[in-house]
Amino acid sequence: MEKTEIFVVGGGAAGMAAAIEAARAGAKVTVIDENERPGGQLFKQIHKFFGSGVHRAGTRGMQIGRDLLKEAREAGVKTRLNTVVYGIYPGKRLGLVCGDHTEELTSPIIILATGASENALAFPGWTLPGVMGAGATQTLININRVLPGRQALMVGAGNVGLIVTYQLLQAGGDVAAIVEALPYIGGYGVHASKVRRAGVSILTSHMVLRAEGNESVERAVIAQVDEKWQPVAGTEEVLEVDTICLAVGLSPLAELAWIAGCQFSYLPALGGWVPVHDENMESSLQGIYVAGDLAGIEEASTAMEEGRLAGLSAAEALGYLSHEVAETRKIEVQERLAALRIGSFGDGWAMAKKEFLRARCEK
Amino acid sequence: MRIEDHPILGKAERGKRITLNVDGEAVAAFEGENIAAALIASGRRVFRYTAKRMEPRGVFCALGRCTDCVMIVDGQPDVRTCVTPARDGMVIQTQVSRREGEATHDLEKEKD
Repeated sequence: MEKTEIFVVGGGAAGMAAAIEAARAGAKVTVIDENERPGGQLFKQIHKFFGSGVHRAGTRGMQIGRDLLKEAREAGVKTRLNTVVYGIYPGKRLGLVCGDHTEELTSPIIILATGASENALAFPGWTLPGVMGAGATQTLININRVLPGRQALMVGAGNVGLIVTYQLLQAGGDVAAIVEALPYIGGYGVHASKVRRAGVSILTSHMVLRAEGNESVERAVIAQVDEKWQPVAGTEEVLEVDTICLAVGLSPLAELAWIAGCQFSYLPALGGWVPVHDENMESSLQGIYVAGDLAGIEEASTAMEEGRLAGLSAAEALGYLSHEVAETRKIEVQERLAALRIGSFGDGWAMAKKEFLRARCEK
Repeated sequence: MRIEDHPILGKAERGKRITLNVDGEAVAAFEGENIAAALIASGRRVFRYTAKRMEPRGVFCALGRCTDCVMIVDGQPDVRTCVTPARDGMVIQTQVSRREGEATHDLEKEKD
C-alpha cells in the first residue's frame, strides 16, 4: 500500500479543502472522519452562502459539500470513514478506533480540521429532552428529515439561531419566538428580516429562565433582562413550546490539538482556546497544521480557505510545490480570506488572527 | 413527525421500510436512517434515565458527541443512537445509566 504523507483529521469544509489542495499538488493524502460520510456540517447548510463570486456566494452549503467530495475523488484523496482519532502521540503517531479494533498510523504531516462543538446553556430544566443544540435541530430537520417537536423556542439571535429558525419554518415546524440576551441581534440583518417577515418575533434583552415539563419540555419561561443580565420582575412570560433550541455559540473542538501538545491562546473573538498558528496554518508543532473552526470559529467559507492554505503549505513542505509557486497560490488564498474577513464579524476575526502571529513572533 | 415535502430539499428519499423493537413495541423506521431519527419521528423523546436521580435525557447534539441519547441496542449499552444506523429487527431499550464502574441495566430489570 502507498504510504500516506498527510493524514487530515476531519472531513468537513476545512479538511476536504486541505486534502484537495495537497493531493492536487501530488501528495498522498488520507482524510480520516468518524462519520459514515464526509462533508462535515456542510450537508445540513441548505441556505445560500454569502461572500463574492470567488467564494461561491449564492451557492447552497450542501452543493458546496457535494462539489468538494467530487473534487477530492478526482484529486485522488483517500478517505477512512467510521474511524475515530482518539489521540496523537510523539512522532506524529495517530491512535485510531475503527469498529472493534484500534490502530496506530503515522505520517510526516498531520492536518487537524476537527471543527467545533455547540455551546450549551445551563438553566433550570435544560437537561430535559426537548432542549437541544440549534445545530442538532438542523441535523434532524435537514439531514434526518424529522421535526424535533411541534413548536420551538430559539435561544440566541446570532446567524445560527436566525438561520435554523428559518429552516424550522421551511421544514413545516413552528417557532414561538427567538430570545436574545444581548440588546441587539448578532446575526446578519438579511437573516433577521427573513424570520421577521415569516412572523417570528426576535426578543432582544430577553432570556430563557427555565424549561418546565414532566418527562420532556412542555413549556418555557422567558423574561426581559436588564443591562446586568438580571431578569426584570414582572416580565415573565410562559411559552407553550416542546422544543428549546440553543444557538449560543460554538467552541473549537480542540482535544486532539491539546493532546498533541500544540500551544494555545485564549481568544474570545475566535470562540475560546484556539491552537496558535502561523499564516501557513502550521501550529506551534512542526508538521502539525490546523484549519477551520478548530483554528478559530468563523464560517464555512473561511474554513475552506484556511484548509487550502494548510494543504498548500503541507504540499510545499513535502517538496511537491516550489516555494515560488506555493507563495503565489497562498497569496491568492490570503486575499480571498481578507475579503471574507470584513464587516462586523470579520474585523474581530482578522484582529484575533493577527494576535497569533504576534504570539508566535514573541516565542 | 417526518418531513415529507420540503421547499428546498424536495421530496424525502428514504430507504426500505423496517421495524424496530423499542421497549417491546414495534416502531417503524427506514433503512439508512439513524435510530434517534426513527424514534423522534415516532414521537419518543426520552432515550435514557440518569443513574443517580433517574432524570430523563434525550437527543441533545445529534452529532455523536454528547452521549445523551445512548440506549441499549441489541443488548449493548451506551450505543449513541444519533449516529447508529437502524437495522430491521433491532432490539432497543431505554437505558438507565449506572454509576461509573457498574454495568448498565435496562429499565424493566431496574423496576423489578
